[in-house]
Amino acid sequence: MTGPDLLRVDGLAVQLGRASILDDVGLVIRPGATMGVVGESGCGKSTLLRAILGILPRHARIPRGAILFEGRDILSDQAASARGRIGFVPQDPYLSLNPVFRAGTQLLEVMRRHAPGNRRQHRAKLIELFRAVQLPDPEGALDKYPHEFSGGQRQRLLIAAALSCDPALLVADEPTTALDVTTQREILALLRRLASERGLALLFVTHDFGVLATLCEQVTVLYAGRVVESGLTRAVLDAPEHPYTRMLLACHPDRAADLIGIPGTVPAADAQPSGCRFHPRCPIAHASCATEVPPLLLTEDRSVACPWHHEPLPEMAVV
Amino acid sequence: MLLALPALLGLVVATFILSRVIPGDAAATLAGDAATPAQIADIRARYGLDRPILEQAIIHVRQVLTGDLGNSIFTGRPVAEEIAQRLPATLELTFAALLLSTLLGVPLGLIAALDHNGPADHLVRLVSVAGLAIASFWLAIMLQMVFSMELDWLPLRGRIDVALGLPPRVTGFLLIDCLLAGDGRRLSSAMLHMLLPALTLSLPGLATIARFTRSGVLETLQKDFVLYARAAGYGRFRLAAIYVLRNAITVTVTQIGLLFGGLISGAVVVEAVFDWPGLGTYAVQAILAADYKALLAVTLVVGVVYAIVNVVVDVLQAVIDPRVSDGTR
Repeated sequence: MTGPDLLRVDGLAVQLGRASILDDVGLVIRPGATMGVVGESGCGKSTLLRAILGILPRHARIPRGAILFEGRDILSDQAASARGRIGFVPQDPYLSLNPVFRAGTQLLEVMRRHAPGNRRQHRAKLIELFRAVQLPDPEGALDKYPHEFSGGQRQRLLIAAALSCDPALLVADEPTTALDVTTQREILALLRRLASERGLALLFVTHDFGVLATLCEQVTVLYAGRVVESGLTRAVLDAPEHPYTRMLLACHPDRAADLIGIPGTVPAADAQPSGCRFHPRCPIAHASCATEVPPLLLTEDRSVACPWHHEPLPEMAVV
Repeated sequence: MLLALPALLGLVVATFILSRVIPGDAAATLAGDAATPAQIADIRARYGLDRPILEQAIIHVRQVLTGDLGNSIFTGRPVAEEIAQRLPATLELTFAALLLSTLLGVPLGLIAALDHNGPADHLVRLVSVAGLAIASFWLAIMLQMVFSMELDWLPLRGRIDVALGLPPRVTGFLLIDCLLAGDGRRLSSAMLHMLLPALTLSLPGLATIARFTRSGVLETLQKDFVLYARAAGYGRFRLAAIYVLRNAITVTVTQIGLLFGGLISGAVVVEAVFDWPGLGTYAVQAILAADYKALLAVTLVVGVVYAIVNVVVDVLQAVIDPRVSDGTR
């Protein structure tokens, strides 16, 4: 491995037509580290993830930035591909498997391309992984069709698939939102156990602060395609500094006495505000916020993209 | 699948009634131009044509159920025998056309979808529209003029080179009979003879299949599991040609079953142009002679073949998509 960073996203910008989906996004994941990415719907979480996985839509452009995985730029050099080394756990286990192929057929195809060994070894390895993810009937699972599994079982299956090529990084896109609450807990516990047992780094996209707190040491908060705050999860959740993070946490029903909303909505990606993209909704916005893009300021335990982060917020309006 | 049986019974009754209300008097045709009214009445009585139509219908259905299709009013020979003689030629032609339209239509649709709104997509769209719009008799004659008369690459008409003659009849399917006889020269002659008629007949089906495959693939490409498969690192070719196509093809397969009816009616025209001794030419003769026994039998046989093809399609559907047989879809 070259250098201590497993994944390094540097100044990444992604555009879809005229719309700026991501702008100057950076994050670093070290081997074995766990990173959560949070933000409202439409903040660019999924696009960041798709960029890392190399599955951006055909018409997406990347005018600036780089994504380095194990020291190699996987954006410009698709052949260097991190496929197999980055395992992906999708959001919806119901929709992510092809209904007309057996589970084994689908999983083995990926291993055929990205894992060493022959088919028999691949099968044996998958069955072993099925045991590790506690899928019932591990031997029979390969020959079943997706509709013969429950939602939780399918997610276990997909986690096994993500592990099948010995990844160094596991990328998960809200892997529990499609599941019921009990199953959610089991899947999260499973992910946490697997990550620590196997020394995997974890990149976890979520909008659930509970999940974030239990699973991720570090957090990156996105707003309208930019990083607004990032640092240790404990620190950010206990004392959020960016006005957006502060208001977002205040919105969370588990944490706030009253349900507070953030006035306004996330701007449309083709009509991003100038300067700080949060300024139209920000209660402490200054005149310069509308014109100058605030740089990420490094404080003692995090970075925050707001020069006024020490200012108290006014008493927030109850929505 | 079991619905095929009542559907066929309905077909028998409906075609019988239709055959009795269309203009044309079988008895008069049979008696000839010089016949007296008394002679015509006599013939009418002999064939039971003077009885109430409902009674005739019941007699007809009963005969059909016992496997008796009756004798041709025109030739006097058993209709079943005459049809058995000609059915293989038509089936061979229609299956060849079906095979051509599937083997060409599916890849064309796939290519069009993968190049959505690109040049290949436009080209395939043009082919589809043309395939549906061009009249088959015109196309048949054009193909004959170019490939048979101008270029002299392919035979003009018939099923096989007259000088070679037919192989010993075993199944009636010429290609199979040639294979059984181990006769390479006859086989290649028969295949060359089949090429133009099968191509002509396949074009509308090819167009339909290409269109359905295209839209099926486009729809499937939007699915989450395709995105997931890309993220997991499927190969591009395998993703498109196998992973996506198998989902997309279910709609197309249904269409193939439905197309078969169109193929058989298309065969009537194509057989006439290419002098193909099949059911189509037989049906035309029966219509012109008001030979309603022959006509009813042809309709029934075509109906049975159509029903069988669609049953096969249902089974195929369940093989392609396991959710069909599980009743979860």
